[in-house]
Amino acid sequence: MTTGPVLTVEGLTTSFRVKRGGRMRRIAAVKDVSFTLNQGEILGIVGETGCGKTTVGRSIIRLVKPEKGEVRFGGVNVQALSDSKLRPIRLGIRMVFQDPFASLNPRRKVGDSIAEAGDIHGLFDGLDDRARQVAETLSAVGLDPSFAERFPHELSGGQRQRVGIARAILPSPKVIIADEPVSALDVSVQAQVLNLLADLQEKMRLSLLFISHDLAVVGQISDRVAVMYMGHILELAPTQEIFAKPKHPYTAALMAAVPRPDPAVRIKGSTEVSEPPSRLEEAAGCPYVQRCPIATALCSKTMPPLRVVADGELVACHNA
Amino acid sequence: MLSVEDVTVRLADSFNVVSGVSMRIERGEVVGLVGESGCGKSMTSLAIMGLLPAPQARLQAGSIALDGKDITSLPPYRRVEAGCGGVAMIFQEPMTSLNPVLTIGDQLAEAIRVHDGVSGPALRHRAQELLEMVRMPDAALQLGAYPHELSGGMRQRVVIAIALACRPQVLIADEPTTALDVTVQSQILALIRELCDELSMAVLFITHDLGVVAQLADRVLVMYAGRIVESAPVGTIFREPAHPYTRGLLACLPNPLARGRRLQTIVGQAPRPHEIGDGCAFAARCAYAEDACRSPGADWRQVDGDHGVLCRHPQSGQLVQ
Repeated sequence: MTTGPVLTVEGLTTSFRVKRGGRMRRIAAVKDVSFTLNQGEILGIVGETGCGKTTVGRSIIRLVKPEKGEVRFGGVNVQALSDSKLRPIRLGIRMVFQDPFASLNPRRKVGDSIAEAGDIHGLFDGLDDRARQVAETLSAVGLDPSFAERFPHELSGGQRQRVGIARAILPSPKVIIADEPVSALDVSVQAQVLNLLADLQEKMRLSLLFISHDLAVVGQISDRVAVMYMGHILELAPTQEIFAKPKHPYTAALMAAVPRPDPAVRIKGSTEVSEPPSRLEEAAGCPYVQRCPIATALCSKTMPPLRVVADGELVACHNA
Repeated sequence: MLSVEDVTVRLADSFNVVSGVSMRIERGEVVGLVGESGCGKSMTSLAIMGLLPAPQARLQAGSIALDGKDITSLPPYRRVEAGCGGVAMIFQEPMTSLNPVLTIGDQLAEAIRVHDGVSGPALRHRAQELLEMVRMPDAALQLGAYPHELSGGMRQRVVIAIALACRPQVLIADEPTTALDVTVQSQILALIRELCDELSMAVLFITHDLGVVAQLADRVLVMYAGRIVESAPVGTIFREPAHPYTRGLLACLPNPLARGRRLQTIVGQAPRPHEIGDGCAFAARCAYAEDACRSPGADWRQVDGDHGVLCRHPQSGQLVQ
């Protein structure tokens, strides 16, 4: 079903300058992240708050400028392009954001928001063509073409997110980066939007980078899943394998903490505090070392590289 | 312990956001109130606390009793007092519940002073004791910390500690773990369970997350469009739900180990409060709805001893996922 990489990320590192204690410091939000997104694949990136998953997505299309690393798309290194050469790339890689209300201009009609990319890049052959393409795109996301004349405040959360998806697919992109696209939605609406994304992926042969904190949602839609923690990918494996048998101790802890909708399997939760350390005080070794039940002396000295442990399964752990 | 009878909350004198909600919660019991955005679950909790945002929202009908004592007309601060039973509430976002310019110790002290009337070393001792109750590491040291120095999980522990200052017999928790990461969430859920058992409190836990309900609650109330549509022990709700809405909600949960990407869905969306008619509010989305469902008068019926449902066509049998 999937063939060859459409997007390759290698050694991506992005850091931010923050002011702490009166002086500027750099915090690496994403550290040496590498992965490939294959043609027609949905790759999930999952992790907790501040793990860097959003920054990965934003770095790929250079909404934030990475410090190091390469992003190859359609044979070119996106990171090396000048701003003007970057523009066509942004038609090939589109983003869908979490909050469909914040990402839509409240004073523009829905149809104009959907057509925006086409207007900027001259994709329309006159106004009739523009109206036709907008109507087709609205139908493709399951909305009546009459929605083009409405304003965002007239729409429900689920409808707004459909508009957000319509904006992304209008220029027929190859890749969509969806950053928490269903997190603001109720479960019954979430299921509708997830089905829509899966359908579009199939029909348009899209490749999807699906970023979310919700393991169940990521597992439902993705072919493969990457688990991030404090800027690093700690595990990357096919969905069935990673959920059935997580190899990294952090992945295992994360999976175990997800409250399952089944009262027969209750988590034997501990009330003891165990939280990620501050991003400001980072040591050389594995970022999970303080919370890890199987850590050894080596773990606090060197960061384990992401290595192949089985067919298509990558784990960054000395002891896995 | 807590008994709510037929509570109706009316918004802007024009429509009801909560209609005829009744519930009883016993000591040492966690009751999960679950529903999607706008179903009226938070309004129900505010009505119990007497915190309905006046003048827009007001209690149209119904009564609230604590330990047999009617508290419906008491102002909120009297409901918190230990003398009349004590109800305390915690909210979703701990940062907005805490004062950013006061230390944790000061904020605990404020609550303790009100309830215990102590000062000096006794006050400090009680503040530390409360932080220890919520398993705060280095409790004595943390009394001097400001909210911004703590993580989200720690802040929620502080908020729980402040709520415990009045020795509540009823704790209402409105989405207390929604803003937290899953690994921290599981710690806070475990804490709430333990505190419920240790202090034999009655806990009303409000959430949109069916997973959290399954993990924590003893009994579950499912709310839709302002009404409780199903009530049952937690095992029954997840194994043999009777209301088509509950069944639909459970069926559309993502399941990573299931084959295939497509999820079941509930068609359409929940009505907004002003769109709710006289008949069953779920009829428009329901596969089993008949003409009769669209006319008023669906009665609460007991499917089983402790399993009740507001539906003319309750379903039976296990849910296949």
